[in-house]
Amino acid sequence: MLKFIKHHMESITGIGIYPTISFAIFFVFFAGVLVYYFRSDKKHIQKLKNIPLD
Amino acid sequence: MELEKFAYDNKIVRNFLYATTIFGLVGMLVGVLIASQLVWPSLNFGIEWTSFGRLRPLHTNAIIFAFVGNGLFAGVYYSLQRLLKTRMFSDLLSNINFWGWQLIIVAAAITLPLGLTTGKEYAELEWPIDIAIALIWVVFGINLIGTILKRRERHLYVAVWFFIATFVTVAMLHIVNSFEMPVSLFKSYSWYAGVQDALVQWWYGHNAVAFFLTTPYLGLMYYFIPKAANRPVYSYRLSIIHFWALIFIYIWAGPHHLLYTSLPGWAQSLGVVFSIMLIAPSWGGMLNGLLTLRGAWDKVRDDATLKFMVVAVTCYGMATFEGPMMSLKNVNAISHFTDWTIAHVHVGGLGWNGFLTFGMLYFLIPKLFQTKLFSKKLANVHFWLGTLGIVFYALPMYWAGVTQSSMWKEFTAEGILKYPNFLETVTQLKPLYALRSFGGLLYLSGAVVMVVNLVKTAKAGIFLPNEEAEAPALVGKYTPHSKDHWHRWIERRPIQMVVFSLIAVGIGGALEIIPTFLVKSNIPTIASVKPYTPLELEGRDIYIKEGCYNCHSQMIRPFRSETKRYGEYSKAGEFVYDHPFQWGSKRTGPDLARIGGKYPHSWHYRHMLEPSETSEGSIMPEYPWLFEKTIDTSMTRAKIKAMQALGVPYESGFENEATDHLMEQAKGIVEELKKENLPTTEQAEIVALIAYLQRMGTDIKTNNTK
Repeated sequence: MLKFIKHHMESITGIGIYPTISFAIFFVFFAGVLVYYFRSDKKHIQKLKNIPLD
Repeated sequence: MELEKFAYDNKIVRNFLYATTIFGLVGMLVGVLIASQLVWPSLNFGIEWTSFGRLRPLHTNAIIFAFVGNGLFAGVYYSLQRLLKTRMFSDLLSNINFWGWQLIIVAAAITLPLGLTTGKEYAELEWPIDIAIALIWVVFGINLIGTILKRRERHLYVAVWFFIATFVTVAMLHIVNSFEMPVSLFKSYSWYAGVQDALVQWWYGHNAVAFFLTTPYLGLMYYFIPKAANRPVYSYRLSIIHFWALIFIYIWAGPHHLLYTSLPGWAQSLGVVFSIMLIAPSWGGMLNGLLTLRGAWDKVRDDATLKFMVVAVTCYGMATFEGPMMSLKNVNAISHFTDWTIAHVHVGGLGWNGFLTFGMLYFLIPKLFQTKLFSKKLANVHFWLGTLGIVFYALPMYWAGVTQSSMWKEFTAEGILKYPNFLETVTQLKPLYALRSFGGLLYLSGAVVMVVNLVKTAKAGIFLPNEEAEAPALVGKYTPHSKDHWHRWIERRPIQMVVFSLIAVGIGGALEIIPTFLVKSNIPTIASVKPYTPLELEGRDIYIKEGCYNCHSQMIRPFRSETKRYGEYSKAGEFVYDHPFQWGSKRTGPDLARIGGKYPHSWHYRHMLEPSETSEGSIMPEYPWLFEKTIDTSMTRAKIKAMQALGVPYESGFENEATDHLMEQAKGIVEELKKENLPTTEQAEIVALIAYLQRMGTDIKTNNTK
């Protein structure tokens, strides 16, 4: 099975772009989380916060 | 809105709590025993089932999968129902999860002392048990997600995200790392070899720490600390960052277990960078837990649960600061292969996991039995025994680690090793090992005090199997506010959450692992490196069976102090036929990568029979059974065939000659031993083991190296 993966990967043209795409997803996602962090609604957060205590 | 009536399932929680307690005691007891074996080798009892190499995996597996595993199930089954205001999805699945997991633990407790092991740390269990683990884990996952789908609370509290990430990632790690080629019912070889096997293994090993010992327990922290303190978590927003940053970054950090090894340099650097980044989310989480108690520290004085949890979270903070520091290459050069690592993991294990579990037990048992804790005093006694236990464990081990590393690296003014005899650096540590045993004993006795306290508590109360509750049903479509954010979208959607978590952890894993399979230049081949002979292969299987890798590495790092002591540093190309790799992670004994040809056969014979005869003061166990037991040559053919299937270039048809070849080579060793009046037979295990030991590292020692 492993050899199967190996050889298929080698034959994909332009596979070098994959890592770049991965890094892009990684950073975009983080940027998104940060945006959420700064813009989130206080009241809503307060509600979520209290779920265990309800 | 109409309230629906339902009942929380407390019985499953109670069962898991019992299991975590019982297996916790067993795991700790085995820990104290093997710690003591390093001071008093006679505690190996001269029998195979209780020798260090076989019991150490039992200890680690018992603590990780039986103690913490049952603890996390107990915590998840309790908190999940209440956070989602519903009973578990299926009582049947809950019970299958419980009994299946206990059966797996029993299977592990039987097979590991018998020497049935894959030889990969923290993944030692053989393939049938691996399959059982995967099945039971999926049962847990279905139950988890099913419960989320039938919830009565629209939003998923942050603890639930941690549970989802735990399920998804552990499933992925376990499956990828467990690819094995079965030879028989209880013997298999890893699909991967050498450097690739090492990378997959430590990607797994590191993330087992992350997603089995950390994320579920963080979920529990986010539930139980606010519960016990009766106040919400300090910053919910911080917990969102904590979650995403932690699962995104953790998955990359595995290669920091392989610094200065034959792993390609880029992978090592990647591991270091992400390890340093990990400080941020880890400390964010720790501070979030501790700051939840701001203005309520007076409660910590009286409440056993909070007391234990505060120390747990503090230990989490210490371990997660220390971890990134240890993954700096200059620090790792000192700490790796020494007891420093052992100290580090026990601050995490005893402090973070142990104390959080104890805190949870003190919180839940009185609740489930509708009574008060039997004795606060006893809980305090436990707290101090446990805390002192951690101190008495960790400090001597830090001391031992730095001492030994310094001795390994010290040169005289003339430029030769000051302590050329490895044993000198070990005997130096014996008093520290004795102190460590004492620390472990303190910790264990604290746990016994807890059991007494909890049994008395349970006896005084009445168990409530089904806890009545009511909540309005989740009806209609949710109408979002106008200023709704995308993250709120995901907070309501568990399935998407699962998918996103998988993507998050998948990216890091794939990026690290795929290139080593893909780029040929990452593992340069060496023409003189040849597959093992059948006898050496059988010997290697004995090496794996006896758990030699628990104390001996096979990885010479490119330091002057190591090449002087052991010989040429290890190359990636030397391990291409090693299914599984046996680099090890701790040197209680010396590195063996170039042991081949260093001593005559007779030395190995005498050494295995009675280590102290050839090496005075050695703490290695005796292996008398290797001289009585014989290898099963009827399996040799199947083993060679399995290796061929994995891509080891034995000529076709060689499998049929394998046994003859084996006997021929064995005869040579037996005859040489006879010259020194050391009696043995061709099929004795010791002969195969000697063949393997004499082969190790010789491929590039010979003159024909290209």
